Amino acid sequence: MTDKLDRGRLEISVDECKGCGLCIVACPVQVIEFSKTVINKQGYHPAQYKGSGCTGCGTCFYACPEPGAVTVYRLAKQAQ
Amino acid sequence: MYEKYLEKSASFYPEYPRKSGNQSVTHYCPGCGHGIAHKYIAEALDDLKLTERTVLISPVGCSVFAYYYFDVGNLQAAHGRAPAVATGIKRINPHSIVISYQGDGDLAAIGGDEIIHAANRGERLTVFFVNNAIYGMTGGQMAPTTLVGQQTTTSPRGRNIHNEGYPIRMCELISALEAPVYVERVSLHSPGARAKARKAIRKALENQVQGKGFSFVEILAQCPTGWKVSAPDSLKWIEEKMLPYYPVQVFRDKSAEAEGWAPPDVAYSDADVLQLIELPLEDEAAPAARPKVPEQYRNPRIKIAGFGGQGVLLLGVAMAQLGMMEGYNVSWLPSYGPEMRGGTAHCHVNISDTPIGSPLVSASTVCVAFNKPSLEKFEKEMARGGLLIYNTSMIDIQPTRKDVEWLPIPASEIASQMGNIRFANMVVLGAFIQKTGLINMETAIKGLPAFIKAKKLIAENVKALENGAAFVRGELKI
Amino acid sequence: MPRELIKGNEAVVKAAILAGCQAYFGYPITPASEIAEAAAKYFPLVGRTFIQAESEIASIQMVYGAAGGGVRVMTASSGPGISLKQEGISYCAGAELPCVIADIMRGGPGLGNIAPEQSDYHQVVKGGGHGNYRCIVLAPNSAQEMCDLTIKAFDLADQYRTPVYVVTDGYIGQMMEQVNFPTAVQHPKRHDWGVHGDDATRKNLINSIYLDPDELEEHNRKLQKKYAEIERKEVLVDEYRTRDAELLVIGYGIISRILRTTVDLAREQGIKVGLLRPVTLWPFPAKRIQKLCERVQAIQVVELSNGQMVEDVRLAVEGRKPVKFYGRMGGSVPSAQELLGVIRKL
Ligand SMILES: Cc1ncc(C[n+]2csc(CCOP(=O)(O)OP(=O)(O)O)c2C)c(N)n1
Ligand code: SF4
Ligand code: SF4
Ligand code: SF4
Repeated sequence: MTDKLDRGRLEISVDECKGCGLCIVACPVQVIEFSKTVINKQGYHPAQYKGSGCTGCGTCFYACPEPGAVTVYRLAKQAQ
Repeated sequence: MYEKYLEKSASFYPEYPRKSGNQSVTHYCPGCGHGIAHKYIAEALDDLKLTERTVLISPVGCSVFAYYYFDVGNLQAAHGRAPAVATGIKRINPHSIVISYQGDGDLAAIGGDEIIHAANRGERLTVFFVNNAIYGMTGGQMAPTTLVGQQTTTSPRGRNIHNEGYPIRMCELISALEAPVYVERVSLHSPGARAKARKAIRKALENQVQGKGFSFVEILAQCPTGWKVSAPDSLKWIEEKMLPYYPVQVFRDKSAEAEGWAPPDVAYSDADVLQLIELPLEDEAAPAARPKVPEQYRNPRIKIAGFGGQGVLLLGVAMAQLGMMEGYNVSWLPSYGPEMRGGTAHCHVNISDTPIGSPLVSASTVCVAFNKPSLEKFEKEMARGGLLIYNTSMIDIQPTRKDVEWLPIPASEIASQMGNIRFANMVVLGAFIQKTGLINMETAIKGLPAFIKAKKLIAENVKALENGAAFVRGELKI
Repeated sequence: MPRELIKGNEAVVKAAILAGCQAYFGYPITPASEIAEAAAKYFPLVGRTFIQAESEIASIQMVYGAAGGGVRVMTASSGPGISLKQEGISYCAGAELPCVIADIMRGGPGLGNIAPEQSDYHQVVKGGGHGNYRCIVLAPNSAQEMCDLTIKAFDLADQYRTPVYVVTDGYIGQMMEQVNFPTAVQHPKRHDWGVHGDDATRKNLINSIYLDPDELEEHNRKLQKKYAEIERKEVLVDEYRTRDAELLVIGYGIISRILRTTVDLAREQGIKVGLLRPVTLWPFPAKRIQKLCERVQAIQVVELSNGQMVEDVRLAVEGRKPVKFYGRMGGSVPSAQELLGVIRKL
């Protein structure tokens, strides 16, 4: 692995997401998208992390109305 | 390698067992502002370590089920009444952190009175006011905050100022009051605005922790369903439609200077309580032997009447009080209400050896008339053989009843010779005591402080009693 | 025992303090204002809460809040204010919150006047607010009972987790009589189901909303069971010279006092009449009235209203004996002589 590790990582709980898209429009680096394939328990296409590029800024967390849908991780200090 | 940075707040229940259906998600529509406001409150409760002692009042509106989610003490309130409910519980749990969470219909329409007065009393509460310019729960009707021209199901042609007036700006209203400590309007439309919203929510809670007064945060929040726009568009809607009318700003911030206050925590012993509510622990000494009362004066049913201000009611209270001290059953019933204010007043007094049935005196055996209209009115209803005491200082006619005993007394003149016409009632009391023998004069003198509250007037009232008695004995001429 | 010549209205307040009532939330209205005034005077002196609320609507909701905290709490008003409190009383009944509401009745409808009437009977006894609920209704007829029944009201409220009314007319509220107060100061324990603002009670929820029809029906059935138990156990009635009575008069509040005198007057004339006074208006002493029906020939109900309690008497009597009604309205109170005339016509 030559690439530098992303500063952040995003997890979206598939079944808690209501597919509103607020996280998607909030993310400053546009690393969130709707899944085109998954349909969750509630019948929505949930938002999903594109897999890379997250800065761990937390903007999406504070844009999302669902208490448990979004979890943001940051790269541990020692790993940086 | 990665550490959790932002996750579901511990102040939320992990699952929502009070909810039916899917218990891992909220009942809110996708994109709803309520969920976001909930998250910011929960985060602040976590950070300030308030979860254990917080009490949340859920309103009526889409957030009626806020208690599904917050792992705090919960009360659900009637529509609009959350600030009153919050007041009730905060006053008896002053150490707790009480949050009133309300929508715009709840707070600004039906609950307009409750919010204004909770704010005006400076209740140590935190109010979160979610303004989405519509009634969400009931399906998109007009709210008091609905914008001019905005279409809702009850303003189908758009809000019209000639029919429904202008949208109400609550922060501006609340900050016109003296007591509120902190009033700010925030919005959820952009990351920057949301950061300010989180800060304001935290501050409003911190104020309560420190015992500072009323804190109010209005949150401009999206209702994509009611507005019939997508969630992302609802943020633009806030920005374009709401912000111009509802400026986001701090309207009041006295947080720094406001003094923290908590009610004193004093313990009262039972003896303290009895003393403070004026219930003497010791029973008064058994009454002295009563004088022998002539047959016609026993168990009197007394009517006393005069102008308001002549001490008519007080004379009745005095008779009842002294009768009680002598061990009789007594009752005193006033004419009450507007009659007391200026016009005429009368009261009914019973002093009896046996339990009193009707406290109302219709066929009086004693009638005291302080003025002419009272004599004319009440003389008629006296029982035969009764005692009619009348104040000749103010009555220039003679009674018409020949079958009752007359006791004319210039009570007002006797009183005014003593320097205060207001003693006339005590002059009459002295005369009554002397005439009927129902009450010992010593009892009367001892009992006076029970109904004459001004200590410095006691001596003169005693003199008035004695003068009244002396007049009946024929020892006082005027 | 401390005794005092005191107004019924003020006796309520001292009794409430002795009963351990922690908070009073009210709004002034004649002829109940002395209750608010005495509460304003005494509650803060002994570390309890007094608030003059912005309205009766708010005051009963403050009661809801404090009752939700698990403490004893009360409010008081009269007709127009009781109408406004009905919303909150329904919520208290629904959420099973104990509280005490004193209603010192005045003349109605509308603004009516401030003179004594008994025309709130329907709104306090029959529910008044929305939903399938009942309130216990105690009806004192003396200053002494204003004290005793206030204390009892707090006990019943706690025992059954339900709002309890102390209902009387302006005369009983305004009248001064000797009251022997108890010397015991109660220290009721805070209810565990209350929200105390601490970790131990954090799991508690005070609410009256049950979205699911089955759940709401179950909740209602539970309430009805409780009401049935109250009807079985808590009826209070007072009788005077009913043992050999051939005629029965029924009245409560000030009317029962006047009727007592009337009964004596009638007995002097050889009319065998007895007085029954419901002390609890709900639960109503229907069984006792039915029992007396076996012996008496006719029943005369007297009220300061258009005939509200008489409906419950008729429901109890079920046509077994004639039930006559005599009512005065607007604040006119009949004299004992006037009622003697009514009885003589029976
Ligand atoms: C006394 C009463 N009147 C009317 C209602 C019906 N009702 C329920 S919620 C609501 C409006 C809620 O709107 P808002 O406070 O703006 O909250 P939102 O749903 O928008 O969050 C109304 C009118 C009620 N529950 N109680
Ligand atoms: S944390 Fe920031 S960068 Fe990462 S997904 Fe969320 S908004 Fe985008
Ligand atoms: S904001 Fe939350 S609920 Fe909406 S799409 Fe993103 S993760 Fe899903
Ligand atoms: S109707 Fe509006 S306020 Fe209610 S849950 Fe839906 S989006 Fe939220």
